[in-house]
Amino acid sequence: MSTSTASATDRVSLERSVPPLGAFNLTFLRIEMVRKLRNRRTILFTLIFPVAMYLLVGYPQRNEPLTSTSIAQGGLSVAAYLMVSMALYGAMMSATQAGAAVATERALGWSRQLRLTPLNPVANVATKLIAGLVFGLIAVGGTYIAGALTGVRMDPEQWIVSGLVAWLLGGAVFTTLGLLMGYLVPGENTAQITSLVIVFFSFIGGLFYPISMMPELLQQIAAWTPVYGIGEIARAPLTGEGFDLGALLNALGWLAIFATGTALLFRRDTKRV
Amino acid sequence: METTPQLATAATDAPASPLAIAASGITKSFGDVRAVDAVDLTVHAGEIVAFLGPNGAGKTTTIDMLLGLSKPDSGSVSIFGRSPRAAIAEGFVSAVLQTGGLLKDLTVRETVQLTASLFTQTRPVDEVLERAGILDIGSRMVGKCSGGQQQRLRFAMALLSDPGLLILDEPTTGMDVTGRRDFWNAIREDAARGRTVIFATHYLDEADAYADRIVLMRHGRIVADGSATEVKNLASGRTVRAVIPEADVAALAAFPGVSSIESRGSATLISTSDSDALARHLFTRTDAHDVEITAHGLEDVFISLTSEGSAS
Repeated sequence: MSTSTASATDRVSLERSVPPLGAFNLTFLRIEMVRKLRNRRTILFTLIFPVAMYLLVGYPQRNEPLTSTSIAQGGLSVAAYLMVSMALYGAMMSATQAGAAVATERALGWSRQLRLTPLNPVANVATKLIAGLVFGLIAVGGTYIAGALTGVRMDPEQWIVSGLVAWLLGGAVFTTLGLLMGYLVPGENTAQITSLVIVFFSFIGGLFYPISMMPELLQQIAAWTPVYGIGEIARAPLTGEGFDLGALLNALGWLAIFATGTALLFRRDTKRV
Repeated sequence: METTPQLATAATDAPASPLAIAASGITKSFGDVRAVDAVDLTVHAGEIVAFLGPNGAGKTTTIDMLLGLSKPDSGSVSIFGRSPRAAIAEGFVSAVLQTGGLLKDLTVRETVQLTASLFTQTRPVDEVLERAGILDIGSRMVGKCSGGQQQRLRFAMALLSDPGLLILDEPTTGMDVTGRRDFWNAIREDAARGRTVIFATHYLDEADAYADRIVLMRHGRIVADGSATEVKNLASGRTVRAVIPEADVAALAAFPGVSSIESRGSATLISTSDSDALARHLFTRTDAHDVEITAHGLEDVFISLTSEGSAS
């Protein structure tokens, strides 16, 4: 420890000010992004996995028509269906990890450390969720680029609407699931456990193969699971048939359940800092 | 270091500035346990105060309330005339806590940069890294740092805002002897610049050597408060240590001036305000041998004021 930097004449100042926006700032956001990029598991499951799954499962079905309209007549392929599904998967995974990190860092005591700074807890959570959304956008963009490069053809509105729904609606529902999981099982293993939960919901919710190909019983169960609703809504622009009310209720219902659970656990958790 | 009378220090350092800490009647219970019981604490700007007490005395709970990390059930805390949270937001107070977690996947420098981004005014990142003695490991991942290095990192983060009040909970835990000495030299330097420092410790020699003032806690209450010399004087008298074959403990306990008796191996330790009379008694009326008489140090005060069964 050095003696050179501060002299005795250099008095501690008592003239201070409070940072704006609860200390929200871009340096903090950048460092959050750097942490994500450094995490191999995050890169693998959020960015590489959706693109790889699309290429392995979606691309070979590029000539398989999704609807009764054949591809030659301008219809969409099963490849497009899987591309949107995989983009949604990446957005969900990213959002869930961001949500889970909030509670994990709380359990590790980092939030307590941050309480010694001007950072407002809301600004802290907002920074993590924004970083999660930015990462989700990269996942959606990456999958869509892979799709565009391998022959998926859609109208501009179909690209944009399906992409935005996957990114933002998937982000909203699964950020809250991540927060909930983080409070249920806080610790360093939260990320792995939530990944398994997402994979399970993705299978049953029809992300990896069309629900219409599932057995009847499984189809009925699938309609009640949390990935089903947002998946249907994200893929609705592809078929042009719209989505049924059940899908919207499913998405909003799960959002409400996850948000309520998070709020209850958060309240229990704030009895300590 | 010399023990300076606290009020004189405060008067010369900050005649008109508000009190660094003004806590009155703060109380905190966890279930049926009253962790902190109506504590009053006034600390003037520029003082270095040691917080001593056994585990569970309420030191950490008190520090949490001073920092606004937990709310007192009753009583009030003001830091430089503000609420604790406002004082933190303005960078008036910072702390090194035992429980403060760090992110393992950031480098040492990134951790400090992140913290710096949260304040309006800070010292340069390299300066605090250097003062904490970790400038050379700035690019190391926090997860690869030793406990002592992580503790220095917490210290660097606490120095960033150049706080008027620095609160340290067991700051030198995990540091080696050299690290501890460097750390305290850095703290003394800061105090010369007018920084107020409060530290909780269980190293009695640290309290004795580096604090202007010692506050002793037990069962959630302050049982002694004064300069190291004043606190040592609280346990007046001496300890007589002797090997006494077939000692009549009851009779010795009733001997005039004796305050406590303790067996340690074959020897008996007797605290007394009249060691001459006791020694005379031991030599003439018993077969006592290997008799030693020592003046009380801070450790004896600590033990006598904080042990179970002693009057509070």
